[in-house]
Amino acid sequence: MTSAATVGDLVSQPYKYGFVTDIETEKIAKGLSEDVVRLISAKKEEPAFLLDFRLRAYRQWLQMEEPDWAAIGHPSIDYQNIIYYAAPKQQIKKASLDEVDPKLLETFEKLGIPLSEQKRLSNVAVDAVFDSVSIATTYKEKLAEHGVIFCSISEAVKDHAELIESYLGSVVPSNDNYFSALNSAVFSDGSFVFIPKGVTCPMDLSTYFRINSGDTGQFERTLIVAEEGASVSYLEGCTAPMFDTNQLHAAVVELIVLEDASIKYSTVQNWYAGDEKGVGGIYNFVTKRGHCRGDRSHISWTQVETGSAITWKYPSCVLQGADSVGEFYSVALTNNRQQADTGSKMIHVGPRTRSTIVSKGISAGHSSNSYRGLVQMGPKAVGARNYSQCDSMLIGDQAAANTYPYIRSQQPDASIEHEASTCRISADQLFYLQSRGIGFEEAVSMMVSGFCRDVFNQLPLEFAAEADKLLALKLEGSVG
Amino acid sequence: MIRPDAPVLLEICDLRASVEEQPILKGVNLTIRAGEIHAVMGRNGSGKSTLSKVLAGHPAYRVTAGSVHYRGEDLLALLPEQRARIGLFLGFQYPVEIPGVSNLEFLRVATNARRQEQGLEELDTFAFEDLVRERLKVVQMDPAFLERSVNEGFSGGEKKRNEILQMALLDPLVAILDETDSGLDIDALRIVAGGVNHLASADNATLLITHYQRLLDVITPDYVHVMAAGQILRTGGKELALELEESGYDWVDAELERLEASAPEGLATAQASRTPAEVG
Repeated sequence: MTSAATVGDLVSQPYKYGFVTDIETEKIAKGLSEDVVRLISAKKEEPAFLLDFRLRAYRQWLQMEEPDWAAIGHPSIDYQNIIYYAAPKQQIKKASLDEVDPKLLETFEKLGIPLSEQKRLSNVAVDAVFDSVSIATTYKEKLAEHGVIFCSISEAVKDHAELIESYLGSVVPSNDNYFSALNSAVFSDGSFVFIPKGVTCPMDLSTYFRINSGDTGQFERTLIVAEEGASVSYLEGCTAPMFDTNQLHAAVVELIVLEDASIKYSTVQNWYAGDEKGVGGIYNFVTKRGHCRGDRSHISWTQVETGSAITWKYPSCVLQGADSVGEFYSVALTNNRQQADTGSKMIHVGPRTRSTIVSKGISAGHSSNSYRGLVQMGPKAVGARNYSQCDSMLIGDQAAANTYPYIRSQQPDASIEHEASTCRISADQLFYLQSRGIGFEEAVSMMVSGFCRDVFNQLPLEFAAEADKLLALKLEGSVG
Repeated sequence: MIRPDAPVLLEICDLRASVEEQPILKGVNLTIRAGEIHAVMGRNGSGKSTLSKVLAGHPAYRVTAGSVHYRGEDLLALLPEQRARIGLFLGFQYPVEIPGVSNLEFLRVATNARRQEQGLEELDTFAFEDLVRERLKVVQMDPAFLERSVNEGFSGGEKKRNEILQMALLDPLVAILDETDSGLDIDALRIVAGGVNHLASADNATLLITHYQRLLDVITPDYVHVMAAGQILRTGGKELALELEESGYDWVDAELERLEASAPEGLATAQASRTPAEVG
């Protein structure tokens, strides 16, 4: 028994959130066409500007081709074999949680996200999205007292149309890439956050995405705006049932920060990853970008990616305002046949802009884990600085880790630092910990969380413990 | 301190072990009682370090014959972590660095694993900090080392002090110290040896594995064993170490040749198999 094989056994844990909620759903027919786009828009009773936005995106999408530059491989996706809209039957948003189908509440409770008045998380407001629709948002009134808007994007389209019209698509244009175009055409729901000038959001905000239907794609859209001097910490969580087919998840997240404002965006991604042979699991093609528009604005992305059969995701910052700051902290754990191609783009436009990238990839089983990142210094980015650190940890001898850093600089006065390392959990390190009374599993999990510590330190307190537990869970198993 | 009536802590009988199919230990016999300090000496490649790794349960070494009993219990049937929890401690010759794992947290988890076995209450972060600060004095270590990753960037001497600090926290019944003196300057050696002496009691035992007399100048052994070709060739009191210091190991070759003549097969192969891979 080599210790590598044993560690390999440890990382193969059953997925805890693989259950399906048996609930009546309203679905439209499979396939994508201009009529489907119109139908989605009609179902959501959207204003004309949004239908135009969708149709324009759809037409652009038709002209585009699926990107093939990432270090991932999968059978081609049949876009006509996907349902683009699915909603629990009782889909009219209820005035009070008591009226929400108890089955839905139960589902979220099972996922550790209780929504009811008595049980809901204190100090975190949650928007719960089930398949294509948001079913509940907690603490809305309390937030409203501070002028903070936190609601589903569908509601925002109705109640705050002018904000949506001015900000939607302003950071990620619909034709930015193949998947952003698809999302812009068919997005169904997601969250909208607006923090007005000078307000520090009184509590953390969180959206929890649950895919339930087997043949439905999830295309959510998140838009967060922080006005001058505002700040907010936002967390996104996600899970899906186990199906032996692959579901497509193509989300778009846009962040806008004005002068002296800051957004901290954290993700704990735990979509179903497929089985050990690579059957099933979510295809996760996500475009996340933040725009530091104002001087001294600040965006921080923290992600813990543990699920999905395929992860294709590059949370980015466009640093336009002078002295603005962009950060990206990432842990990506892949096991079995999972493939992750993830990283960040830091586009330095303004003077003295600063960015930090810390990426930790852990590959086990037969998985492949790539960091791909771009640091770009524009001609006006005088005195701009970037520091990137990409570390990979290999568990076993069948996994792959790659690093693809791209650096472009048009500004001689900018400084760019890149550090990369690869390590393996060695038998001697494990033995050292064991010889001090620490069990094998705990030893592995101590080393993995030690490896990820720089990133976990960036997560909001409540979620740091959760992320640690999640990794430990993925690494849990019987010693042997 | 030798007391014939003291309880036996460790009993090694005809222990044989291999690494990668290469036999290294070829029948080691050793009995250690409470209160005793034993020194195992010998050249590089004699099997000293292998003995310590086998006792601690390193997965790279395979026991092919013989037995080891720890307070009457079959030690070889236990996992390395179980051996540690019941009070067996190995101080490493080359302690590994574990980046990212905080030394303080590591020490706390290890200490609590041992305490649980001893039926003592688990220490929370605050109670543990009090304990560790007190034990730091045993090895005169700067508390700043607690905040760093386990052994990361420590000098040779600091690593060894960290080993003795672990020993002070884990309160072992049998402490095996593998070449604890190697790479230490004279001041560090005094501090480390002082720590070992401080921790030795009538209830526990120490097994020192060393090359040189200089460690034995500061820690006085009750027994000295000379190892060669995977066996204990001779056992004596502390004067045996002095004798070795004076006359060197040349007599060992003569002794081995003599044994070879009387049992040509066994020891001839034993000597031939002394490859550089076994060194250390």
